[in-house]
Amino acid sequence: MEDDGRMCDGALPYGERQGASGAKTPGEGVPGDGTAGRSWAGHEGPVRQGSAPLSSAHAGPGRGVSGHGPTGCGGARDVCRGRSGDAPLMQGIGEGVRRAFPIVLGYVPVGFAFGVLALKSGIPAWGALAMSLFVFAGSGQLIAVGLIGGGAPLASVVLTTFVVNLRHLLMSAALAPRLRDWGLLRQALFSAEMTDETFAVHVSTLRGEADDPSRAAVFACNVTAHAAWVGGSALGVFCSTLVADVRPLGLDYALAAMFIALLLPQCRSRAHLFAALVAGACSVGFALSGAGRWNVMLATVCAATLVSLLPVGKTSTTREEMGTPGGEGGAHAD
Amino acid sequence: MLTDEQIILCIAGMATVTYLPRVLPMALLASRPLNPALARWLGFVPASVLAALLAPDLLLRDGALHVAADNLYLLAAVPTLLVMRFTGSSFRTVAAGMATVAAGRLVFGLP
Repeated sequence: MEDDGRMCDGALPYGERQGASGAKTPGEGVPGDGTAGRSWAGHEGPVRQGSAPLSSAHAGPGRGVSGHGPTGCGGARDVCRGRSGDAPLMQGIGEGVRRAFPIVLGYVPVGFAFGVLALKSGIPAWGALAMSLFVFAGSGQLIAVGLIGGGAPLASVVLTTFVVNLRHLLMSAALAPRLRDWGLLRQALFSAEMTDETFAVHVSTLRGEADDPSRAAVFACNVTAHAAWVGGSALGVFCSTLVADVRPLGLDYALAAMFIALLLPQCRSRAHLFAALVAGACSVGFALSGAGRWNVMLATVCAATLVSLLPVGKTSTTREEMGTPGGEGGAHAD
Repeated sequence: MLTDEQIILCIAGMATVTYLPRVLPMALLASRPLNPALARWLGFVPASVLAALLAPDLLLRDGALHVAADNLYLLAAVPTLLVMRFTGSSFRTVAAGMATVAAGRLVFGLP
């Protein structure tokens, strides 16, 4: 594979660029790299440059070695295909599964908790599993189960689910420009598995690629996350009588830790950091002032509107857009 | 106790109201070029929505502001942030966060 990769890198200028940017893995550039601003710029470097089919900068394990081989090959797969057949596709799938690792770590315990609570609130095992399979919305399902257990009318359960999950409207809109060349069917399939967590992974890895290995990686990540959610629910359903406490292992912190991991790379400019701080403060403020489950959505709209009206980030956004290779201008959301 | 029909109806309703907000913006926005102002606005959505999801987890307990030395979630955010900052690996970050919370409970007896 080493030889294949090198051959591809040499064969096309595109591959060469990938090789060059991949040589310094994103993580390596960070420690001891001076100020926050500078090292974040270094961190983002390979991703920005890479309209790479599989830019795995934030994808976690294996980003060094495997981020390199598959990328070179995926980009030049016409050259590679003669020798390695479906290898780029398989590598795409493997890459997608790796991206889903941190999600799996968070979904299994939360899914477990959902399974336990669902049975305790009188939902049969098949109902709990069907809900995880067809609804696939962590917090929405947990709240719905709480309402059902409390004897709320079904219409109010559905309405609350709608309100809780309405924030996906914004995430879907934010990802739309990057999936523009995917076709309606793929977009529809992708949307079915777009949760807070898969959104956050894709928003930091996806740059508008529309080649098969990149799509395979995206769908492999989504299907792995979905399987972890259904699997965790199944564990909870079957172990509901044991009522294991997940707290001694710190499993209840998995999702918060993952939001931290996903938020940090998003704060790539002062304007984005400011947006995050405003959104966090608003979200807490709205939650305290009785906005109930609307707080996430209201806070997001307030922060994005406020910061996008400020003149501050404007120059840097323009520069970023112009610096994006493939030059789709305003098409990229960031 | 709910009947099977009620459960099926409930799941179908939940699935529908969850799927529509996920698919409609994608289907409607992806096919046309975005207005630059909207594109700029959407560019701030990922950071905002993640922070809006995270902040209440760290700062609220039982619906009230809880900024104190025994707020384990808030304390654990510090090493978690540092691991992400210096390794760039979300997997290690999640592991570090969970380990910190587990250690805080086992060693220091925090809630």
